[in-house]
Amino acid sequence: MATVWIPPLMRSLTQGQEKVEVPGETVLALIQAIDGRYPGFAARVLQDGELKPGLSVAVDGVVSPKGVRERVRADSEVHIVPAMSGGESALG
Amino acid sequence: MGANPKLDPIRGEGSGNGSRPQPSYKVIGTRPIRPDGVDKVTGRALYGADVRFPDLLHGKVLRSPHARARIRSIDTSQAEALPGVKAVVTGADLPTAEDRFEDLGEGGINLRYLSENVLAHGRVLYHGHPVAAVAAVSPHIAEEALSLIQVDYEVLPPVMTLEEAMAEDAPILLEELRTDEMGERGNRPTNVAAHFRYELGNVEEGFAQADLVVEREFRTQTVHQGYIEPQMATALYDQDGQITIWTSTQGSFSVRSQVAEILQIPVSRIRVVPMEIGGGFGGKITVYLEPVAVLLSRKAGYRPVKLVMSRAEVLMATGPTSGSRIRMKMGATRDGRIVAAEAELVYEAGAFPGSPVGSGAVVLLAPYNIPNVRIDGYDVVVNRPRASAYRAPGGTNAAFASESVVDELARKLGLDPLEFRLKNGAKEGDRMANGLPHPKIGYLETVEAIRNSEHYNAPLEGRGRGRGRGVASGYWGNWGGKSSATAVLNADGTVTLNEASTDIGGTRASIAMQFAESLGIPYEKVKIRVVDTDCVSYNDVTGGSRTTFGTGLAAYELGQKMKAAMIQRLADIWGVSPEEVVYEEMVFSAGENRVTFDEAAKLIERRSTPVMVEAEVYGKKYGPAFSTQCVDVEVDVETGKVTILRYTIAQDAGKAIHPAYVEGQMQGGVAQGVGWALNEEYVYDREGHLLNASLLDYRMPTALDLPMIETLIVEVPNPGHPYGVRGVGEVNIVPPAAALANAIYDAIGVRMTELPMNPARLLEAILAKQAQESTQPA
Repeated sequence: MATVWIPPLMRSLTQGQEKVEVPGETVLALIQAIDGRYPGFAARVLQDGELKPGLSVAVDGVVSPKGVRERVRADSEVHIVPAMSGGESALG
Repeated sequence: MGANPKLDPIRGEGSGNGSRPQPSYKVIGTRPIRPDGVDKVTGRALYGADVRFPDLLHGKVLRSPHARARIRSIDTSQAEALPGVKAVVTGADLPTAEDRFEDLGEGGINLRYLSENVLAHGRVLYHGHPVAAVAAVSPHIAEEALSLIQVDYEVLPPVMTLEEAMAEDAPILLEELRTDEMGERGNRPTNVAAHFRYELGNVEEGFAQADLVVEREFRTQTVHQGYIEPQMATALYDQDGQITIWTSTQGSFSVRSQVAEILQIPVSRIRVVPMEIGGGFGGKITVYLEPVAVLLSRKAGYRPVKLVMSRAEVLMATGPTSGSRIRMKMGATRDGRIVAAEAELVYEAGAFPGSPVGSGAVVLLAPYNIPNVRIDGYDVVVNRPRASAYRAPGGTNAAFASESVVDELARKLGLDPLEFRLKNGAKEGDRMANGLPHPKIGYLETVEAIRNSEHYNAPLEGRGRGRGRGVASGYWGNWGGKSSATAVLNADGTVTLNEASTDIGGTRASIAMQFAESLGIPYEKVKIRVVDTDCVSYNDVTGGSRTTFGTGLAAYELGQKMKAAMIQRLADIWGVSPEEVVYEEMVFSAGENRVTFDEAAKLIERRSTPVMVEAEVYGKKYGPAFSTQCVDVEVDVETGKVTILRYTIAQDAGKAIHPAYVEGQMQGGVAQGVGWALNEEYVYDREGHLLNASLLDYRMPTALDLPMIETLIVEVPNPGHPYGVRGVGEVNIVPPAAALANAIYDAIGVRMTELPMNPARLLEAILAKQAQESTQPA
């Protein structure tokens, strides 16, 4: 199962969990799986089926231009992080 | 990893960090002359202000004299009636922009705010905010027309500082603004546009383990990128609805997108011609004049209109980057391990949301492996120009705070500051504050390069008695982005390479060199051109230190494709399979068939189909960059003046394609950082008027203020690039302010926590220290 790191300001939704392991082949599927366990998570993160403005997602250390459509592996590490544009990304 | 005395700082070999053996290159690593060099030194290169047409009109912009006001009405009738005036536009001429975020490449903005920043819509939010524009047959008539425009303002009290903006009873700049907290929107009007938090481990438990805790608050002022060429734009709106824009920009496609969104015109009707650029540093991505020029051209009867900013306009209304307030707390154990860090970063966004506080928060502690971290970031609007990207946006502010505290911890623990960094330095796999693990990085190698340098090991006479030495490190994540390019084989054996990345710092050369290396031909055979938006597919901006990496990837791919295409054509001509064709040392052969590269080009043109290849890339595995710097200063305790005696920078370039241009970036970043640290700041009066909108009063460093900046290129290859390239443009500006503050402390024992450390501020701190010492019992 992929591991999703929950941003600190969203951990009230996941009962304080820093990381959540959930099944899924895309970021969207992971978010929906978390929402199944912690209702309200998807509404916090998604808007019209996309990540809300101000949020972006990094899969295995790479910020994904595909957003929630990015595919993940079973051992992927997924981070939801504040959105920063290209030169400001500084995410490594 | 620990220290490695065998490190070769120039190559990064033997670093123990998994550096692979350096391949042997023929072109990469050499120092050829840049393709645009002769034109630039002889004055033939064409910049935006050089654009001329027989029926050209001249535009001027009317700007707000107030920092904050409502616009009750604008009467343009007298201006329109002035002979020679051909068009007047205001915010009413702009379509209603969408309330949607647009990524500009090195910073993003809500389109509604982008439009409002181009021409005010009912309110002005900073001194110099554009209110109206005129096109006339001469610049003088346009200026006279501006004086005839009547604007009725309801002047409001400005909000100039972070404290004023965050006060409970603060006047609200943007009535519609609510705080965004990672996707959750607040429910009351505010000047705090965003709040986020990074957290790792347990900070409280971490500080409980610490034997020593240092906590300080730091402040930095609003500063400008200081590019020498002012913004300009010329636009022609044709009768058939086609638009051409000539401009100075870091990204022609970004200009096209912004103009299309603001004016709600399809991108297919807009062609952007990038002129040579006289500096950008992040400040030439956002559009200011381009949509105005297009509006004026259409309204003036489809005549070309040119607008060129004055220096005062540049300083008042473009750029700058954020002033900030940073509270930094860090704890370490007696044996020199940093066990906890906590920080609050508050950045000015200017009039509209979008400060670089997010990247500042990542930069803050990225050089260190700290198990317990909490960082809060706040993006706050104030009545200053909207902040735009500036070389490693947000990074210099952040490193000033964190690297000053790291220095203080090392001193109080009695440790050498570089040994302290080596002990706590990040390496591959260590997590940053945002939780992401570092990929392969070369931070420790930059520290070792300085530790092993002649500079760091040389004695400094008078040290601690007015002279001091300081070090600091910095991180920048870099970027990859999208690039496309084409290459055409010419019959004489040369290749024309068309790309669309604005050439900043010699990127034509670094891209052409990678193509030449990939194809196995000399650099001199590549004719590289930066073309307009109709000639190649989309390219991201030259920003985020991405071009030599990202467009370089495209160049590498073009070289491989052209080689394959030539082999295919020759195989057809010779009647052999492509697998039988061998290409070595610029000679193609298959059995008894043998032609040189030049002969092959001629043969292919005569007997086969032309060769043109294209490449489209999306570089995602950009390697982060680190820099460690060392500076010696002399402080005049009578005047507060700081003289830089010696400066050395080490920086991980991954692989330096053109070492001279890498060194140029390193030196340029340090020079800008020195200005930011020692002199530069926006000075406003209480009413929000910018008082120093000229380069006489906004003091940037000159050659007389700087010694020769010594460079040490470290090469820890980025595995995400065929030649190991990492971006080199930005990280160099991150450490200078902290390095200078640490050197000043070393010289006179005064810890500076506010930028700029100009004579007035430093003298005040010196006198305060003397007063404190005089009251202490002997």
